[in-house]
Amino acid sequence: MKQYWSNIFTSIYTMLVGMKVTFKHLFKKPVTLKYPYEKDPNIPAISRMKLEVEYDDCIGCKQCERACPVQCIHITTTKALPEDDLAPTSKGTARKLLTTSFVIDFSECMYCNLCTYPCPEDCIHMTPNYEFGKYDKDLLITDFSPLSSEEQQQRLKLAEDLAAAAAAAKAKAAAEKELSSTASGKEQ
Amino acid sequence: MAKIHSEEMFINMGPHHPSTHGVLQLKLHTDGEIVTKIDPVIGYLHRTFEKHAENLTYPQIIPFTDRADYIAAMNNNWAYVMAVEKLMGLEVPEYIEYLRVIIGELNRIASHLLFYGTFGLDSGAFTPLLYSFREREKILDLFEMTCGARLLYNYMWIGGVSHDLPDGFIEKTYDFLNDFYFRKDGKDAITEFNQLLTGNKIFIERNADVGVLKPEDAVNLGVTGPALRATGMNWDLRRNTPYSIYDRFEWDVPVGKGLYGTVGDNMDRYLIRMDEMIESAKIVKQALDQLAGVEKVDVQAAVPKRVKPDAGKEIYFRAENPRGELGFYIKSDGSLKPSRLKMRSPAFCNLSALSEMAEGWMVSDVVMILGSLDIVLGEIDR
Amino acid sequence: MQGIQTFFETTLNVPAGWALVGAAVLFSLLIFIVLALFVIVAVWLERKVSAVIQDRWGPMRAGLTMQGELQTIADTVKLLMKEDIIPSRVDKLLFIIAPLLVFTASFMVTTVLPFGPAGVASNMDLGIFFLLAVSSLGVVGIVMAGWASNNKWSLYGAMRSVAQIVSYEIPIALLVIAIVMYTGTFSVTGIVEAQDTGHGFLGWFAIRNPFLFIGMIIFLIAGTAENNRNPFDLPESESELVAGFHTEYTGMRFAFFFLAEYVNMFIMGMLLAVLFFGGYTPPVYLSSVADMPVLNVLFGNSVLWIILKALGVVIIQMWFRWTFPRIRVDQLMYTCWKVLIPFSMAIVVLNGFWMKLFNLV
Repeated sequence: MKQYWSNIFTSIYTMLVGMKVTFKHLFKKPVTLKYPYEKDPNIPAISRMKLEVEYDDCIGCKQCERACPVQCIHITTTKALPEDDLAPTSKGTARKLLTTSFVIDFSECMYCNLCTYPCPEDCIHMTPNYEFGKYDKDLLITDFSPLSSEEQQQRLKLAEDLAAAAAAAKAKAAAEKELSSTASGKEQ
Repeated sequence: MAKIHSEEMFINMGPHHPSTHGVLQLKLHTDGEIVTKIDPVIGYLHRTFEKHAENLTYPQIIPFTDRADYIAAMNNNWAYVMAVEKLMGLEVPEYIEYLRVIIGELNRIASHLLFYGTFGLDSGAFTPLLYSFREREKILDLFEMTCGARLLYNYMWIGGVSHDLPDGFIEKTYDFLNDFYFRKDGKDAITEFNQLLTGNKIFIERNADVGVLKPEDAVNLGVTGPALRATGMNWDLRRNTPYSIYDRFEWDVPVGKGLYGTVGDNMDRYLIRMDEMIESAKIVKQALDQLAGVEKVDVQAAVPKRVKPDAGKEIYFRAENPRGELGFYIKSDGSLKPSRLKMRSPAFCNLSALSEMAEGWMVSDVVMILGSLDIVLGEIDR
Repeated sequence: MQGIQTFFETTLNVPAGWALVGAAVLFSLLIFIVLALFVIVAVWLERKVSAVIQDRWGPMRAGLTMQGELQTIADTVKLLMKEDIIPSRVDKLLFIIAPLLVFTASFMVTTVLPFGPAGVASNMDLGIFFLLAVSSLGVVGIVMAGWASNNKWSLYGAMRSVAQIVSYEIPIALLVIAIVMYTGTFSVTGIVEAQDTGHGFLGWFAIRNPFLFIGMIIFLIAGTAENNRNPFDLPESESELVAGFHTEYTGMRFAFFFLAEYVNMFIMGMLLAVLFFGGYTPPVYLSSVADMPVLNVLFGNSVLWIILKALGVVIIQMWFRWTFPRIRVDQLMYTCWKVLIPFSMAIVVLNGFWMKLFNLV
């Protein structure tokens, strides 16, 4: 019987305490922002929201591609020709390779920041830009190299041709050497 | 008088449900409102973490351990990193240990805050969720200041951490702890949480004596963490098998006492987590106080260039996560990638205790018992 | 409504029968408009009250003042434009009738509510009795919805709702008996006139009689349970049963259930105002301002006061919703049968003693 009455009184008392707590919030300011009219001004600069690449600093070492756990970075490089006239990076390193394409697929990137540490030139870094949503997944694949796709194809083909020519020349030189050695062997 | 014959009803509390904390399917056999049998079905979130880890180098696995228990990601990182360090025999500088303790305990507070919010939501009170998220935002802002990410951090590295504490972190953390627990004028967050939910008679009636788990059953089923401590057993890995620098701080291990009902009921599990938040706040405060006297080192100084443990070595290491005991078994074959990695997840073993606890109660109680176990499906399914 | 009827008969010279029909139709439309306006305001108010309690903004963009006041209209238009899905294996007839029945039951109750001194649709002698009887029809609609959905979760919600609504009608009926003892008439306008003593709020039953004050609190709790609102919202508990008995309803049919819930809240507010808080009487009554246009509304009997009182009760119910957890079915039954009903019976008896003490019998 006593339990019955004490139950009723504790119920009413705790209800009133709870209602007092929520009543106090009538006088507090909201803690949310009215996005997109108000945006958070205090996002720290090291927030990792999107990768950015300084193309002019990239030396094509492919360290970031190797470090990525989900393989979302795809880099192709070709040997720099003298007419490219590539300026050295901001740290002073000479650029021996031209990065023909530097493709990052942002729908695969897991924002783990592992690619930024091995880069010797600090050209790949994370920025606090979080408003890059797109309506189509294919639009999230970004190529950071300024070469157009025809130029890239051209360069790659050029590199292929040069490689083929070099291989042919090497094979020819090896065959001539073979011939000369057998010829000299026959002579003797 | 003859007993009325009624048939058993089979209800599927399917993967899409507001209260199953993820994609968990519970097959319930009920007799009216009373549940007679529960069959949990898992696997809807299986992402082949363990097999995938065999193709990744040791440092590359760290972001994937985040995604297992995504609410307490720092603690996952920490357990894995400590396992690899033990495997390789690495010693970590003292400053790094302090950083890890501060960040790990802050994440424990954040995880328990989320438990508080979702438990209130399961019981029908909508406002505690918003209040606990307001406090959690402050912790996530601290993490964003430190390492740049808010939920999945990749912060603890093998041999160190990825970023040092930025300027202003220590003041902000002191402010947060003050507003959270240490101010004495009754305006702290813990008092508000207790007034709103813990003291509420409706909440107590819902949770007292419901879902009792006995200590022997808990040990036999492999239940760990707050669910085990609620049954009365005083077992906390930070105390019983000390790792890192936990022996330097003064804190208590909350154990279930049955204040509002029997020992080991829902209310005990809830109260233990509320107390654990307070204990974690004490640990963080002591660590911050002691940090001033520790020699500062470069946080990436001890990180090895290549993580290549010796061939044939294996290790099992366990750490105290907010949900229980997280264990990593790693076997190396001398290469850069592990030959086998196994993660013993605490929520998986805790979930197996559900049928023991919830049979004989009503459908509304099953929801509450599941909420009080505090499971995360990412960890169960890996 | 009498006024409109006499207006039709005398000024427009319409035959008596047609005048009655015309007046009834016009008055019902008027009440429907008032209810619709109320629902729009109540949904916006609920969202704003919940936002204030939860430290956030609530709807902020629809509407000219950017406070979200036209959000409900936007939502209603959206609901109207949705595809009307009737799942294939439901009981079609019951599925379609259920929301109509629930709404009709609520709407029929408004015929006896006094919206002001001359604003009652039908001044029945058994007004309160009619009200209690008709509001029970809503239960039939809820059970139909739960059964016809062919969904075990909906059935759970419907069964719980039946138990809940039927049980909580008993304390309400007992308290109505106490009030009727006090006034001696079942007619709603009679009850309001009994509180219209000319002394403002001192004439209200809740203030005049301490047992009826306790009765008011019990009525508030039982009324919240009747409406399926938190902390008694098991039938539509959002975290357990997804949406309870109206899980399978989409679009306009769901809007009917939603509408019916808010109309029920309004009716409960009006009932509380009529029975305990003096209906349309003001808190401060000045007889000298009976003829002045604006002050007449503020200090005399007017429709403003009953609407304000109903709105106050509705806000208190919203406050309950966002503060408390939900109680379980067996605890709900315990509260009703072991706490509220004994207290209501005690109040009936003690009220009798009070009346004898003050020689009112």
